[in-house]
Amino acid sequence: MQSLKHDFITRSTPSACFCVCFINKTNCAVDYFCFLFSPHRHDDLKEMLDSNKDSLKLEAMKRIVAMIARGKNASDLFPAVVKNVACKNIEVKKLVYVYLVRYAEEQQDLALLSISTFQRGLKDPNQLIRASALRVLSSIRVTIIVPIMMLAIKEAASDMSPYVRKTAAHAIPKLYSLDPEQKDQLIEVIEKLLADKTTLVAGSVVMAFEEVCPERIDLIHKNYRKLCNLLIDVEEWGQVVIINMLTRYARTQFLNPNINDEDEDDDEKEKEKKAEAAAMAKRKPYVMDPDHRLLLRNTKPLLQSRNAAVVMAVAQLYFHLAPKAEVGVIAKALVRLLRSHSEVQFVVLQNVATMTIKRRGMFEPYLKSFYIRSTDPTQIKVLKLEVLTNLANETNISTILREFQTYIKSMDKDFVAATIQAIGRCATNIGEVRDTCLNGLVQLLSNRDELVVAESVVVIKKLLQMQPEKHSDIIKHMAKLTDNIQVPMARASILWLIGEYCEHVPKIAPDVLRKMAKSFTNEEDIVKLQIINLAAKLYLTNSKQTKLLTQYVLNLAKYDQNYDIRDRARFIRQLIVPTEKSGALSKYAKKLFLALKPAPVLESPFKDRDHFQLGSLSHLLNAKAGGYQELPDWPEAAPDPSVRNVEVKESVRAVGTVTYRDTGALWVFRGPQKMEGSEESDSATASDSRSGSEESGSGSESESEEDSESEEEEEEKKSKKKELKKPVQESERCVCVQFAGLSLPVEPAPSPQVTPVNTLLSNSLVTDLEGLSLSDSVLSPAVSTPHVFALKNYELLHRITGEGLTVEYCFSRQPFSPDANMVAVQLQFTNNSSSDTKSLHMEDVKLQSGMRVKEFPEIELLPAGETASAVMGIDFCDSTQAANFQLCTHTKKFFVSIQPPVGELMRTVFLTENEFKKEQGQLMGMNEITEKLTLDARCRNEHAIVQRVTAAANLSRVPCGSDKECRFAGRTVTSSSLVLVTVATREEGAAQLTVNCEKMVIGTMLVKDILLALTQ
Amino acid sequence: MGEHRRRSAQTTGKLFFLSVVQTEVPPLFVVEFLHRVADTFQDYFGECSETVIKDNVVIVYELLEEMLDNGFPLATESNVLMEMIRPPTILRSVVNTLTGGSNVGEKLPTGQLSIIPWRRAGVKYTNNEAYFDVIEEIDAIVDKSGTTVFAEIQGVVEACVKLSGMPDLTLSFMNPRLLDDVSFHPCVRFKRWEADRVLSFIPPDGNFRLMSYHVSSQNLVAIPVYVKQNISFLETGSCGRLEITIGPKQTMGKTVEALMVTIHMPKSVLSVNLTATQGSYTYDLTTKALIWTIGKLNPQKLPNLRGSLSMQSGVPKPEENPSINLDLKIQQLAISGLKVSRLDMYGEKYKPFKGVKYLTKAGKFQVRT
Repeated sequence: MQSLKHDFITRSTPSACFCVCFINKTNCAVDYFCFLFSPHRHDDLKEMLDSNKDSLKLEAMKRIVAMIARGKNASDLFPAVVKNVACKNIEVKKLVYVYLVRYAEEQQDLALLSISTFQRGLKDPNQLIRASALRVLSSIRVTIIVPIMMLAIKEAASDMSPYVRKTAAHAIPKLYSLDPEQKDQLIEVIEKLLADKTTLVAGSVVMAFEEVCPERIDLIHKNYRKLCNLLIDVEEWGQVVIINMLTRYARTQFLNPNINDEDEDDDEKEKEKKAEAAAMAKRKPYVMDPDHRLLLRNTKPLLQSRNAAVVMAVAQLYFHLAPKAEVGVIAKALVRLLRSHSEVQFVVLQNVATMTIKRRGMFEPYLKSFYIRSTDPTQIKVLKLEVLTNLANETNISTILREFQTYIKSMDKDFVAATIQAIGRCATNIGEVRDTCLNGLVQLLSNRDELVVAESVVVIKKLLQMQPEKHSDIIKHMAKLTDNIQVPMARASILWLIGEYCEHVPKIAPDVLRKMAKSFTNEEDIVKLQIINLAAKLYLTNSKQTKLLTQYVLNLAKYDQNYDIRDRARFIRQLIVPTEKSGALSKYAKKLFLALKPAPVLESPFKDRDHFQLGSLSHLLNAKAGGYQELPDWPEAAPDPSVRNVEVKESVRAVGTVTYRDTGALWVFRGPQKMEGSEESDSATASDSRSGSEESGSGSESESEEDSESEEEEEEKKSKKKELKKPVQESERCVCVQFAGLSLPVEPAPSPQVTPVNTLLSNSLVTDLEGLSLSDSVLSPAVSTPHVFALKNYELLHRITGEGLTVEYCFSRQPFSPDANMVAVQLQFTNNSSSDTKSLHMEDVKLQSGMRVKEFPEIELLPAGETASAVMGIDFCDSTQAANFQLCTHTKKFFVSIQPPVGELMRTVFLTENEFKKEQGQLMGMNEITEKLTLDARCRNEHAIVQRVTAAANLSRVPCGSDKECRFAGRTVTSSSLVLVTVATREEGAAQLTVNCEKMVIGTMLVKDILLALTQ
Repeated sequence: MGEHRRRSAQTTGKLFFLSVVQTEVPPLFVVEFLHRVADTFQDYFGECSETVIKDNVVIVYELLEEMLDNGFPLATESNVLMEMIRPPTILRSVVNTLTGGSNVGEKLPTGQLSIIPWRRAGVKYTNNEAYFDVIEEIDAIVDKSGTTVFAEIQGVVEACVKLSGMPDLTLSFMNPRLLDDVSFHPCVRFKRWEADRVLSFIPPDGNFRLMSYHVSSQNLVAIPVYVKQNISFLETGSCGRLEITIGPKQTMGKTVEALMVTIHMPKSVLSVNLTATQGSYTYDLTTKALIWTIGKLNPQKLPNLRGSLSMQSGVPKPEENPSINLDLKIQQLAISGLKVSRLDMYGEKYKPFKGVKYLTKAGKFQVRT
């Protein structure tokens, strides 16, 4: 290959993950650097390096680096270059490092000259200089300095700066590859760094762990929970490494979550084993270890990562570790990756192909995403085909076959061949479509392209083996093809078929043999073997007609060039032609040749791929790559989970335990600069309290029970109460445990109107508990109203967005005195911040045309911790359009909007029964909306219905003679249109809701709202 | 370098990036990193080609040095890298030659230490602007009879944020329910998205992809144009006919622009003789690609391309008709109906200039014939 090549080998230690180089496709070789490299030029470079001008040095170094890039040897410059290691200019320094790392191994003695500079660098007050010194020092592969390196790594591992510690973690595998003897000492360092709490270090140290001591799974125990919790904030490359390691860890520590699903494997032996295991499991129902759950929960959001490697890592984790019912979540993310570059597609499709064999259901909804485009590269097409074939089942097979029909017409012949194979596989797997497929394939036999025909023949042969007696006409048809088809594999297949089923085509078979005998010498080897085979079978069944032909063929074969063919001929002659010498075997010749042969099983090439960890290089190659760590089988019984419990932590903590993505809202409140310290204390206490509660369980068993209980509770709570944002999940968890213990009735608030309470700084259980109770109390209406039911509070300004200021509003349902056409809105301001808020007023009202607003009077002072309320009026013009305005304080402005539920756009009106009927009579036809419904179980009495309807809309009850009917009336605020509502109840909770209103939009919306109120 | 187990190669244009792997490492890890390297070169040099790499071999070296340590990715955010190694500009190279300055930043890369490694520290602008482009692509396969076999919408939100200091932005949508599957730039806080369906983030400086998404498949995808086609190859006479008409279907009242049709003809088509009522066509004899550039779609006068194809004689007629690939653009429209409702900024005092643009494009839009 004449291509121009630039090698960029960075730190080419043997353990290096990978190095990068670029190869140009076009083979132009412009050697414009050449003039630089004549030997005497080097003197020039030396001179430049010795000068005291940085610019000259830089120029020289640039040329030298260019030389290295071109693969020229620049080692004789070593002494001149190494002198500049202490150069002040950063760029020169960096380039010297590049050079040094490349040539130090060759010039060990001279390299030692530079060491003292690095040792000095390791003591520099600037963390970045310390880190870079360590980085280069550890990259110099000179055995003599191993002790120095070891010392430097140990020191750096306890450096103040997490960045230096990260560099130390990077240095570990480098030293290990240089001198494996150091393993024990390095493991000590790894152990220390694993305990590090910063996201910066986590990824790098796990990488070191994987390279140096992947077998020391015990080192992970104490750090497991921390790693799970930090994961989301680790940089993306670290995430991949950690997730892969944790997958292996989880396989050794937890029980198989699918242990009770017996239908997982069809294998007989497996089944037996499973039955045993299941019997065991029945005695003790499977309970997922909370740590197992923690891992699954904390990795799930990473499916949203933009980095394909991270998504794949999470996907394989779920595939290998999650309960069957939960694995489905990864399908969507993997399908998304199919939109990416074709290399990514290739890898992902390989993995999807493996997954579809085990868990077909998961990808079924995405069937169409695997449809093939004519522009896909062939290898992608073939993989997609594989996936489609794996996904085929009785219900979707017709769709898939229709797709396949399109593919068969493709111009890409390799792809067509693969499609034919795929059809064959569908036909064997799904009995119902076998005949359809076979007919389709037979039609392909008349295709003009020989390759297509050949492939079809091969597949048809396999299909026919399943039920030959039905299809003798197909065999006849194929016999005719021998005249035309030249592809050896296809010819061989046809001959085999005819031989095998010669009894079904007694007339044709001898004729085919006659033709073949004629062309025998010109055939390919595999065809020759099949001719011999055919001859033998015919001789046995129909020796009268074919005896001579067989003899002739065998004679031809006897003198063939290929020894396999000669051998076969000799063997068959002895077997079938009875002579004195022939032994007992020839009696059984017929049985030997015409035994019933089992039909071939067409199976996916991906069938057994899943014994490799998905997403790994080994899986991709289907061969074990160096350094591949086997994914262990699940243990029979779970090892002691208490090993993961962590002691209450020492008070001194590393700087920079900062989470970003997990804690969202905190940022707005405090800003990034202040984050470091405060957040740290959060997570610290969280882990403390957690471990505390865990330890309170006495035995491991009772503990797991308790935990699983809290697990459920937590799940429940979470779903109901998302509004309560907690900075650290763990603390939430503790609260739950506590609740369960105290058997408090945890009835979380029905969500939207809950004011999020001050949970930001909830460091302890106590505050959390307070928080919860507080949130409950907020429910009770702050404003006294004439109604019996509670007014619904809506949030106008969240305390986090409002930087401490909370504003809630409710529709007080009282006439707004300044203007009768306005809806009264009661606002409640709470100042949660530590400073006073001044001059609260509204500005910049943006309204739809016709709408009007009466502003609330300015609140001059709202002291910290105080609450104030005000009333404003809005004329919504009988529409549910939002009123947008700015809420201003003396420092800030907040955009807020008030959108009324339709039920608040009306006022009560008192009608008698007769009036109601009369009015209703006038609002028939288009103005009447009727809906049938089933009442909620708790809402089957009159009282409950009245309460729910009046809560949903500001209507008043109209007296009614029948107890099966409830009637309500009101008028819209602006246009005073009548709104009449009737709820007629029937047997068993059935009911009919009728709304009569001139304003159809209002009517429709009201029906929806009331329907919702009555059915939930 | 010892025994090499495997090479992961990828192309960008004419350049292959190759990495040699000796031990077990997730393949996507390597592929993703190589893409990141290519993207970084793109950011630095404006393009990623052979000449550019040869001309900037020293910077390339320096970059790789920062991006990898012992085979483990180090700094892959171009924001951070730019702080450490300044991208070359003509002005700077002139200044450098005059003053002997360098393109390595004197400042230490503090970004690497930050908990938000994607944002440079001390960003300052006189005009503070934040622009968001919502770009949606329609992937579709339409069959011969015009029925949609498969269609979906993939979208991205590209951002160009030039804001001083440490702004904390919140972007919310009118209809976030549309978004079925999303993936984020690392700056986006998952928790806020899960709880409130808003994008809350401290943006990187400059251009970046904030989010990519998939619109849930329950929603029917509006197909903006229809294609009427008739391509036939005659059994005798070694020629064929082609006629294509394109008309608007569901365009939501917007104009379809930059319409382009690409057809990869079978090998046996030697030349084409066509007339287009609008736009122009080219036929590449080596790649056999017929490209018809139409431009704006005028609903009153539908663009039409018709004529004959001349075939190599003696070769059997192709049994399959080539499929038609469509390209189009619709400005000011996100075909899924996704709308940004507002952008709020916290943490900084100034008022930024904000803008949102919508664009719909054809992704892999294929019409089978």
